Amino acid sequence: MNAPVAAPVLSVRNAEKRFGAVHALKDVSFDARRGEVLALLGDNGAGKSTLVKCIAGVHALDAGEILLDGEAAALHSPAAARNAGIETVYQDLALFDNLTPAQNFYCGREISFPQWLPRGLRFMNSRAMDQEAADVIDRLKVRLPKFDAPVALMSGGQRQAIAVARATVFTRKLVMLDEPTAALGLRESHKVLDLIKQLRAEGNAVILITHNMEHVVELADRAVVLRQGRKVGELKPDRSNRQELVSMIVGAEA
Amino acid sequence: MANDTRHKGRRSSAALAAGARSQSPSPQSDLQQDDNPRGHASHGLSLVSWGLRLLNFGPLLVLVVLVAIISLLTPYFLTPINIGNILAQTAVIAIVALGQHLVILTRGIDLSVGSNLALATVVGGLLFRVVDSAPLVMLAMLLTGTLVGAVNGAVYVFGRLPHPFIITLATLSICRGLALEISPGHTTMRGMPDAIVTIGSATTFGIPNSFFVVVLVAAGVLVMAKYMVWGRWTYAVGGHPEAAVEMGIPVKWVLLSTYMISGFCVGIGAIVLAGRTAASSPLYGNLLELDTIAAVIIGGASFLGGRGHVGHALVGAVMIGVIRNALNLLNVDVFFQMIAIGLVIVLAVEADVLRNWLEARVRTIQAARTQ
Repeated sequence: MNAPVAAPVLSVRNAEKRFGAVHALKDVSFDARRGEVLALLGDNGAGKSTLVKCIAGVHALDAGEILLDGEAAALHSPAAARNAGIETVYQDLALFDNLTPAQNFYCGREISFPQWLPRGLRFMNSRAMDQEAADVIDRLKVRLPKFDAPVALMSGGQRQAIAVARATVFTRKLVMLDEPTAALGLRESHKVLDLIKQLRAEGNAVILITHNMEHVVELADRAVVLRQGRKVGELKPDRSNRQELVSMIVGAEA
Repeated sequence: MANDTRHKGRRSSAALAAGARSQSPSPQSDLQQDDNPRGHASHGLSLVSWGLRLLNFGPLLVLVVLVAIISLLTPYFLTPINIGNILAQTAVIAIVALGQHLVILTRGIDLSVGSNLALATVVGGLLFRVVDSAPLVMLAMLLTGTLVGAVNGAVYVFGRLPHPFIITLATLSICRGLALEISPGHTTMRGMPDAIVTIGSATTFGIPNSFFVVVLVAAGVLVMAKYMVWGRWTYAVGGHPEAAVEMGIPVKWVLLSTYMISGFCVGIGAIVLAGRTAASSPLYGNLLELDTIAAVIIGGASFLGGRGHVGHALVGAVMIGVIRNALNLLNVDVFFQMIAIGLVIVLAVEADVLRNWLEARVRTIQAARTQ
């Protein structure tokens, strides 16, 4: 389905992470490729979110390295990761309830002038931001009740769609989604899945954390399974090996 | 919090029901038979959004009604002289409230503004004894205010305090003590450069000069908050501090600069008050923190951060000025004025709670509608 031997856009090599006595990641290695959805599976506490946060620049690895397009990348901060083309949709969405969708899209990366001033002191080009945000919302076929209302007034599915759409605006390499459908109903979930397919179709690498096996089988090109901080398996999910995946996750050898 | 989870639960059950509907053979007809429902929902929505709109303009409406009632009660209220009085008396509260509103936008609070103002006037007064230069005295007051703000911000941010309450409470005490300590005789010093007295007490075309200072400060704060990237960041930090970090906003610098701007506004307030009284005093600005916080909240900004604008601070400040002035004209004693202001604060905070509740309603209705 995907082009063979595409060079991985992201490679995690021998990642180690400890939080005090907790060994959250033990020698984890994997690749993510363009045009591919990689499912990151595992039970609660398996280390999925920690891994995502390390790649997103929120945590630093204790050992091991992260390569972007084959080169070692220094992802010290969320800003550095975003500048490198990595977007993350966090479980809590990281939306600003008091801002409109367009303002949320560009928050932290406002289109502004004049360029010679430090970013904070520049003036915002609100019209350009509204225009581009509206284009993206249209392109992704996200339906919003009112474009100029604060996000606080929008439903769970709409908020989720805004968070995913924000990631799509800026991603140039990799999008990571941490349980993007956890709080959603059936129909809203499918909207989000469609967005993920679109992201893949546009040539991004997508990393998807989810507990929903249906979604994994429907969407993922590859699945990496973590258990207690260790990578315990990697396979191409389909209907036939679904049971195998589940036993890998819970640790009962089938 | 409890509210929130309840709504969430309801929302997802509605979503599930909708999902089930869509899988039935004829979703259209199914939808029409269903009794949960669009008509009902949109009716509720318009009611709720009307309520929200009313709340947003509430403070201004209350102010208009208040002015109307008071002018019926006393003929002196709407005279040009009295309006001038109100503007002059409100100027200091308004200027400092404009800075306070930025702090509150970031989920913070600045309790030090009153004593900071006293300290700033005293520093200015002491300098005036050495050199009769309006620019230098003004600069000294502005620097003092900004420096105290910088201390507040730096200790809060780099000292990793969970909340700015304690540090600004500490500087409230420190500044008052310092002001008393360094002022000769620990009391009021007469004298200010002429230019400062002109700013604080003269009028232009019958309008107090301090009013023009308020307009200038308000315009400056408006530009920063609404049109500059920095302003957007203050809203983001107040709306969701963790997300602001995740989105790469330099949260620490935003907070530090916010407290410095609040301090700078205190410096401007110090100039106006010192000019109005042609004096400086370690006793100035008593309870100014209360007045400015009250102004911001009464005006309609959210105490929870992330919501508010220049208009809120101004309307709130004028409302406090009007209430005080009216009660004076009606010969109500000062103690009752304090009680009245306190009651208005309670009402304003409850209005904020009501607004959050209505917004949660909009979300649930919205969720039901989009299914």
